[in-house]
Amino acid sequence: MLMILLKRLVAAVILLVAVCVVGFVITGLGDGDPARNILGPEATHAQVAAENHRLGVDRPMLEQFADWVGGVAHGDLGNSYIGDQPVADKIRANLPVTMSMVALSMVVIAVLSLALAVASVYGRKSVDRFVQSLAVIGHVLPAYLLALLLLLVLAVKIQVFPVFGYVPLGESPVEWARSLVLPVLSLTLGSVAGASLQARGSLMDVLDADYIRTLRSRGISGRSLLFRHALRNAAPPWLTSLSLGFVAMLGGAFMVEKVFALPGLGALSVEATTAGDRPVIMGMVLLTGGLVILVNLLVDLAQMWLIPKARTA
Amino acid sequence: MSIEISAQAMDAPNRPSTFRMILRNPLSRVGVVLLVVVMCALVAAIVMDWVAPDAPWSADLYHLNEAPGTDGHLLGTDSGGRDVLSRLVVATKATMFSGVIALVVAMLLGLPGGLVAGYYGGRIDMALDWLSSMVMSLPSIIVLLAIVSSLGTSMWISMTALGCMMAPAVFRLLRAQVHAVRNDLYIDAAKVAGLSDLRIIARHVFRVVRGPLVLMVSVMAGVAITVQTGLDFLGLGDSTTITWGGMLGEGFAAMSANPVLFVWPGLAMAVTVAAFFLIASGARDALQRTDGGAAAASRSKATHLKPVPASSDAPPGADDVLAVRGLTVGYPSGGEVVEVVRSANLTLRRGHTLGLVGESGSGKTQTAFALLDLLPRQAMLTAGEVWLDGTEILRLAPRDRARRVREAIAYVPQEPMSNLDPTFTIGYQLIEPMRARGVGRAEARDRAVALLSRMEIRDPERVMKSYPHQISGGMAQRVLIAGAVSTEPRILIADEPTTALDVTVQSEILDLLRSVQEEFGMSIILVSHDLGVIADLCDDVAVMRDGQVVETAPVEEFFARPRHEYSRMLLDAVPDENHVRPDYVEARSARQGAHTGEAHR
Repeated sequence: MLMILLKRLVAAVILLVAVCVVGFVITGLGDGDPARNILGPEATHAQVAAENHRLGVDRPMLEQFADWVGGVAHGDLGNSYIGDQPVADKIRANLPVTMSMVALSMVVIAVLSLALAVASVYGRKSVDRFVQSLAVIGHVLPAYLLALLLLLVLAVKIQVFPVFGYVPLGESPVEWARSLVLPVLSLTLGSVAGASLQARGSLMDVLDADYIRTLRSRGISGRSLLFRHALRNAAPPWLTSLSLGFVAMLGGAFMVEKVFALPGLGALSVEATTAGDRPVIMGMVLLTGGLVILVNLLVDLAQMWLIPKARTA
Repeated sequence: MSIEISAQAMDAPNRPSTFRMILRNPLSRVGVVLLVVVMCALVAAIVMDWVAPDAPWSADLYHLNEAPGTDGHLLGTDSGGRDVLSRLVVATKATMFSGVIALVVAMLLGLPGGLVAGYYGGRIDMALDWLSSMVMSLPSIIVLLAIVSSLGTSMWISMTALGCMMAPAVFRLLRAQVHAVRNDLYIDAAKVAGLSDLRIIARHVFRVVRGPLVLMVSVMAGVAITVQTGLDFLGLGDSTTITWGGMLGEGFAAMSANPVLFVWPGLAMAVTVAAFFLIASGARDALQRTDGGAAAASRSKATHLKPVPASSDAPPGADDVLAVRGLTVGYPSGGEVVEVVRSANLTLRRGHTLGLVGESGSGKTQTAFALLDLLPRQAMLTAGEVWLDGTEILRLAPRDRARRVREAIAYVPQEPMSNLDPTFTIGYQLIEPMRARGVGRAEARDRAVALLSRMEIRDPERVMKSYPHQISGGMAQRVLIAGAVSTEPRILIADEPTTALDVTVQSEILDLLRSVQEEFGMSIILVSHDLGVIADLCDDVAVMRDGQVVETAPVEEFFARPRHEYSRMLLDAVPDENHVRPDYVEARSARQGAHTGEAHR
């Protein structure tokens, strides 16, 4: 079991390095002249060359990458081209907004999708129909469109929730929650259905399994059968769909942040993209790639905990 | 040659009917209507490029943010005083085009990759699979931002990148499907016939993946359009091209002055994505039409039981622990009910063993499940009576019936490995049912260990701590018998308890069943297609065929003088009958003699 974990960890690190290489290559595809962007069209060639030299972008690609990796190893993500601020500081300032939003949304999706799946397996057909229509909404109305509609109806017209802005959790937990209701709603409404359908299908398969029938023949029924045996066995595909949902949610989160004017990673990334701020983009590549790999590792761990056979595979 | 002909023959009736199925589906019909609307807009956009290329750009600064319907502007004007409708129509072109770019790239990369990886396997497969999992662990938004930051806002480039990000999905689908058919017979046959690898792939594999691929294309088209629009909404799109995303961004910026401006491009995108999604759903339903009906059926409706004609059979005697009269079980299939058990009559005598024989599909297992109250939820009990210890149980409330059945009847399944929950230890699975019956934790544990040693398991403490995948099939079956006996049942229903086991283990399990029956004084219904097992263990035999019990007889009489024609066929099918048949009876009487001898001692 420890060996498997170690193997997974090594694979994850290799994957993360590969992701960073890809990110570095992509961000280096341009003309490699950030000084011109920074100094503007008025600057002389000499000034631009000097600035490029100061930033170190006139060196060979490989050297730049080695330099960046060396910095990352020491926790230094380099400095932003804009304002010369450390990238790590910039990310740290904007991370809590996006993470509260995404983490809260994932929790909501996990709880709701499981509840809906159980309800649709044991309950009436109307639950099924409700989930199906949620699935259509999820496909047809992407998070940002949903956010715009919610903004128009609940914040502008009825004014139940704040239109924009973010209140840190430490400042006022109630206001923090209030400022996140609409963003989280926009991110979850569509994604719940997908995870729920996955859980439902998996649960139906498990409930048809031989061992469930045998357990019933021994007099195990109701809650014990569902919560102890069926849900546990049905969980792996659902967990995988949650981790895929997490990757997809980041994109939606950036756009939802724009709608509600939340100072999160979306705002930071869009600003960096428009300015061609490579260090910040690379910091985002490292962060999000690392997060995704971390979530996948956690899902692997959860599956090992739930399904003993996975510990030996 | 013959392969190609047969493949074409299969294909000819298949394709139009699937297409018609898609059109018949109400969901996809709505989708098709929406798609026609979008296509009209697309044509209009192309025509407008010819007729009035300036219309979407001409700004009227005296009429900013006009409400819909005013002054020749059907949907009003935007914050720049430009006509919303003409911009909306023109944007169709760019948006659809972006979807096409992404799809083409995803297909160009994913299809060949998946085919090659799935067909050849080995290192190519590993390398491509690793590559695809790397791409999948990159959030596409970050990649798109990185691309835009270095190469600018060209839609060509960003949509090509999106296509690369979507390629792994195509790759995975194709690889799995190709993998599944790779070793299929017809591929081997094609190899023998001397077809080149490329032609094998092209001809045969595409036939299999066609359906799922169509589904994936329409879902991905929707995703591509959504992402492109979102990117433009973020302000990272090409500002010289009119797109719905760009209009959405403008509408959002002008929300305070013109709150409905963003609704139009949003609606346009929603309609387009809905068209693709609904067609895809319809296509999926059409492709899965075979298994859609059964899952939709609700719980078994045992409430509408038809009474059994009084003359059907003798009422159960005092010594009959379990008696079945006129039992009929059906499954809904395409509006009617297909009966898998028809008017079955069975009688199990106290302390005796009843063998239920017949070939697979004859209704043996369904009968057993009906007696155990374990029928699948879509099954329907339409008629019959089941007398358990002199009480008719089918007309009891479900809860009462379940309680009586669980108390009296235990079940030993056919396939030992799949009948243990893979996530719990053997010990837990033995203890839990006893705990549910109110036995204390320590006592249940002691009893479980004792039962395991009673089942001749050498190291019960170790087995208690093991998970199902850590023990052998034979041991699993011993565990299952222990589990069945643990609830102290009066009746044991064993469904082909030895079929899945090695021959050497089979006789051990049969011996075990016999000794357990003696010790606990149980009556057994033994479902089997193996006449050797029946002769070995049973006192009475019931023969089932096509859901009906065609003969019931004491075992000696059955082997000596089978009355029904089908019984004779079954016996004739046993190899070397002259030798085997007397053997059965001989072995049996010898054993019974031994038993009576023991009893006298």
